[in-house]
Amino acid sequence: MSATLTITNFTNYPDSRGYFGNYGGIYVGETLMTPLIELKAVAKDAFQDEHFWTEYRELLRQYVGRETPCYFAKRLSGYLSGSRNDTVKPVNTDIATEIWLKREDLNHTGAHKVNNTVGQALLARRMGKKRLIAETGAGQHGVATATVAALLGFECRVFMGREDIRRQQPNVQRMELLGAEVVSVESGTATLKDAMNETLRYWSEVVNDTFYVVGTVAGPDPYPWMVREFQKIIGEEARRQMLELTGKLPDCIVAAVGGGSNAMGIFYPFLNDKPVELVGVEAAGKGLATGEHAASINAGTIGVLHGAKSMLLQDRHGQIHEAYSISAGLDYPGVGPEHAFLHDIGRIRYETITDCEALEAFQTLCRFEGIIPALESSHALAQAFKEASKYRTILVCLSGRGDKDLQHVREVLQKNKSQPVISITKN
Amino acid sequence: MSRLTQTFEKTRNENRAALIGYITAGDPDIERSFEIIDAACGAGLDILELGIPFSDPTADGPVIQRASNRAVKAGMTLRHGIEFVRKLRQKHELPVIIFSYYNPVFAMGTEIFIREAVNAGADGVLCVDLPSENSGEIMRYVQKPDYKNANQTNTPNDTVNCFHFIRLIAPTTDTVRRNEILRCSDGFVYIVSRRGVTGGNSNKIDWNGLEQELVEMRCETKVPLCVGFGISTPEDVQTAGKFADGVIIGSAIQRIIEERPDTAKQSVVDFVTTLAAACKRNN
Repeated sequence: MSATLTITNFTNYPDSRGYFGNYGGIYVGETLMTPLIELKAVAKDAFQDEHFWTEYRELLRQYVGRETPCYFAKRLSGYLSGSRNDTVKPVNTDIATEIWLKREDLNHTGAHKVNNTVGQALLARRMGKKRLIAETGAGQHGVATATVAALLGFECRVFMGREDIRRQQPNVQRMELLGAEVVSVESGTATLKDAMNETLRYWSEVVNDTFYVVGTVAGPDPYPWMVREFQKIIGEEARRQMLELTGKLPDCIVAAVGGGSNAMGIFYPFLNDKPVELVGVEAAGKGLATGEHAASINAGTIGVLHGAKSMLLQDRHGQIHEAYSISAGLDYPGVGPEHAFLHDIGRIRYETITDCEALEAFQTLCRFEGIIPALESSHALAQAFKEASKYRTILVCLSGRGDKDLQHVREVLQKNKSQPVISITKN
Repeated sequence: MSRLTQTFEKTRNENRAALIGYITAGDPDIERSFEIIDAACGAGLDILELGIPFSDPTADGPVIQRASNRAVKAGMTLRHGIEFVRKLRQKHELPVIIFSYYNPVFAMGTEIFIREAVNAGADGVLCVDLPSENSGEIMRYVQKPDYKNANQTNTPNDTVNCFHFIRLIAPTTDTVRRNEILRCSDGFVYIVSRRGVTGGNSNKIDWNGLEQELVEMRCETKVPLCVGFGISTPEDVQTAGKFADGVIIGSAIQRIIEERPDTAKQSVVDFVTTLAAACKRNN
């Protein structure tokens, strides 16, 4: 862990070649090399341009509805602090741990994804492209891309695995209403990773007039840091809000990690606040031991997929494994390279949460706060519950709302003939 | 002189383009795949690109995607691929390029890969998603010729350690970058004929434009220039072979294996024979 000591500024990455330590870089076919180099130059130029950021911030304010609140979940905090046996009466116990929620679920389109698609669409316009393309798993990023395409007048095509199209019909209908063409991806496992494969293939055909809006802090350079720059507004707001509301920084911040964009967004402005413990939460699915999970950092190995070097779920021959999680947004066999790096140097701790734990946290938040969280965010909540005894103030990134998950959660709960929430959590 | 260089010298003397065949190893299964590849090597291929299957082939069209899936399911690995090379080398003199996505190579360990591949008699590697500027990740392990021990091997002295990193140039590659790639190339350069992935797609090859491109590139390099992507018929081979040093054909061979796995060996031999004839320049 000697590397930890030598790093004085955690926000100095990536290097000029797009590496975060051993991770990141550009690993794509030659057809995409020149377009990516051009994109990097345009992004660097735009990021120096105050007009670019003014327009971005203005759209986020007027159109997306930022800033999003940092909300003190009082009843939930009281419940975690002791009186765990009563959901009905108001909780008045002395609060040992305060749980605060960064309400990204209140963004237009219902998740943090739109922060990024607004930014990338502005870049696409700057480059004179006429079409946006995107991959999507659960459909949140697809909806966010289709939304900004409609807003700014782009054609839009979204690639989605056949399996995901079946599971996420409401989001498919949303995208189509917004004028996007949803392309069913039949290849491979017909899920998110294959949707990303297909988007890369299609992009290499139409790259001259088309902008690829990557949905997370993964993919080849410049995407990991470009997406981070568009998502770090979450942490910038939260840092200011917590100082205003509590007079200090939180002791711990928890966020779910699939590709890792909401986590990178909230963590990044806190990386140099060393006393703040940062906890990323990967999906343990049915349990790490079952092999059915999406924990690339906790249970993966280093490799190259989708244009970058990072931690991956793969066999020893370098073939990629299918990931699994109850949450479609975490169901990805890789992770953003900056996360792999921050894990290596010990700045961020990465834990895992199972489907069951996430479902329990999902129900708990519904019942105590009247907020239906996304299953992705429920993983972060569940980890926060575990951390509660250790910290005075915990900030959770509530990355999205759970409307999209209702059907799925109902089915799972009925299938499990699950006990009501209270008997699960009481012990 | 490396086997690749010798091959291009020979084809140039015979006034024809080199026929470069890509075949996914392990399709339809490991055993039959070797027989098909072995037969294709004997039927007129000048250079073999031995395709190592990968679960996520982002630069390939549907035909090679499906072939890769079948091969991965059949248990094909890079190690098996290197065994293929070793067995082919016992019978054939043609250059063999290991054609892979980077992850299988990376997973094996690049240093081990180089040692094993050179040892088995492979002549080079083409990693689709390892750009020219990252070649060092693999090539730093290629030893300079070891003249002291060279006479202990069965390989002629001057082909020892001629292990090439095959680079690609795409229609999207800008001129500055293209010239940089040409400057550091050896073996041959893989000229991607059009945008998009391997096999057929909506982008048609602009033959005249491509020929003009090659004329410009020849001002920058003496390394043979070979054309691939979307070349599927003897007519395509003939057209490309008039101005390219070599013609690369992949999906069209793979489609035969997909459609007729049981009789693929003979069908592939027939197809390769036809293609080889089409490589001859008539002028």
